[in-house]
Amino acid sequence: MSSGRRLYLDGVSVVFDGFRALNNLSLIVEPGELRSVIGPNGAGKTTMMDVITGKTRPTAGTVNFGDIDLTRMDEAAIANLGIGRKFQKPTVFDALTVFENMELALKAPRGPLACLRWALTGEAKSRIEQALEETGLQERAEDLAGILSHGQRQWLEIGMLLMQDPELLLVDEPVAGMTDAETEHTAALLVRIAGKRSVVVVEHDLEFVRALGRRVTVLHEGSVLSEGSIDHVQNDQRVIEVYLGR
Amino acid sequence: MSATVSPLPASRARLGLRTGLLVALLLLAAMPVLNQLPTTHPLHVSDFLVSVTGKWICYAILALSLDLAWGYAGILSLGHGAFFALGGYAMGMHLMRLIGPRGVYGHPVLPDFMVFLGYRELPWYWLGFDHFAFAMLMVVLVPGVLALVLGWLAFRSRITGVYLSIITQAMTYALMLAFFRNDMGFGGNNGFTDFKELLGQPLNTSAARSGLFYASLIALAGAFLLCSRITASKYGRVLTAIRDGENRVRFLGYNTTHHKLFAFVLSAMLAGVAGALYVPQVGIINPGEFSPANSIEAVIWVAVGGRGTLVGAILGAFTVNGLKTWLTSAAPDLWLFVLGGLFVLVTLFLPKGLIGLLKGRGA
Repeated sequence: MSSGRRLYLDGVSVVFDGFRALNNLSLIVEPGELRSVIGPNGAGKTTMMDVITGKTRPTAGTVNFGDIDLTRMDEAAIANLGIGRKFQKPTVFDALTVFENMELALKAPRGPLACLRWALTGEAKSRIEQALEETGLQERAEDLAGILSHGQRQWLEIGMLLMQDPELLLVDEPVAGMTDAETEHTAALLVRIAGKRSVVVVEHDLEFVRALGRRVTVLHEGSVLSEGSIDHVQNDQRVIEVYLGR
Repeated sequence: MSATVSPLPASRARLGLRTGLLVALLLLAAMPVLNQLPTTHPLHVSDFLVSVTGKWICYAILALSLDLAWGYAGILSLGHGAFFALGGYAMGMHLMRLIGPRGVYGHPVLPDFMVFLGYRELPWYWLGFDHFAFAMLMVVLVPGVLALVLGWLAFRSRITGVYLSIITQAMTYALMLAFFRNDMGFGGNNGFTDFKELLGQPLNTSAARSGLFYASLIALAGAFLLCSRITASKYGRVLTAIRDGENRVRFLGYNTTHHKLFAFVLSAMLAGVAGALYVPQVGIINPGEFSPANSIEAVIWVAVGGRGTLVGAILGAFTVNGLKTWLTSAAPDLWLFVLGGLFVLVTLFLPKGLIGLLKGRGA
């Protein structure tokens, strides 16, 4: 196991205009763990990601990464702390090439002057090439990201996350709209990544969650309904009622 | 067959553009020289054409600065004319101080309008403008600081898109109203004029006109090289990324407020330089330069030329202003319709502007 920090959410609530998007949610992700989070629409999966990455401030509760309080930091600061996020809708930069997208994400000083003076060193180049290879995009390096297929855009996003060298990756619906082969490739990719880093995957696709084969957390109406192995949660009566049974 | 995309035409187009740019630069540089030829000579360039081209060069610098903010960073400023005008006013204050006792009222220090309005002494903010270096510093500093304050407040509060455009438009309008006031100490609606000299040279000679022309041309070339360096760097790619998905850039760990501020301030400074070079060439600066219409026209130059390409911004400034100079004498009533129509047509049919049309050919 890596010696990284653990993600600790305790009693987190988020209220939007009286609607409880998160309701006393508690969750711990250990360093190096690969965790799947499932739940029906509106269960609070994306809001949970928003809270961890600083996009949404919790109404109540504790959100810590190691001993750092994330509720006091903005998105950029949290990203620089080592928490990377892949959005549900792939958002890569269409006007830049695949390589340039990776380069933009590569961990390096982020200020305007540092970016002006930036020169691509051999080490940075080989790190980018390694990530291109890992995500299977090496053939597309010089292509504009705008012409990639849906699956390739998702992998580019994951590759960009890797370039940030995060301790914790939050991956929102990585296989939505993917073919079976692409889904398989993505599962293998995420399993490879975990271990060195903690990974939280939010997904609808239960086959995919089974392929990941790790601990599963089921969210419902903003709090944890059940937690355990995929077989455990699939046999949990409450889970069957609200989610699987439909 | 013709639909196959190969990378060759694109790079060839870029090479063509570079060559075209160099040729254009040389042709421009030759204009003051050809102006010296006898008027009967077939290659003679008229005084009018030289002076109007000098103005267009300043507009091209303004277009470049706007393109950096809008075309690359996605900050659609509808108030860039304000930065241009402030640079112009800073230069105007220097030129006014240089008039010295040669004014109509013959006061040793105070400009004519201050004597007329009953000023006893120079307002504090006019101090130092008798020094060229100080005035030049103000040419970049005043627009820069205004952009810094406005940008800081707006970007930090995550004001983007049309709201930001409205704020910049309000800024230039507010400044116009302020500068119209006599008690601001900037000459009210008459502004500054009757300039005599700059750097010890009388302004009404053809040597001074050529000097200003070349200074503007060098500034344009410098601004182009600076913007090329910026947009070709990783910083330029960060700006493009902010334009296309600011949120995503934030989650990559970039403080987009800082990046946008840097581009906006630099852009405002460039606009100030353009204004400072413009004023001694036209011989006047008044609050009309802050008019919102001026800022909008600058946006149209960039849109027509092709935003997000530096050559496009320059091309747009020359094309639209050339058309304006010709039409406002040939058919003055038509100009505004043509300008509006041009903007609509370019938006609908040429989203990449004239430069897109040029690059598209042959590919």
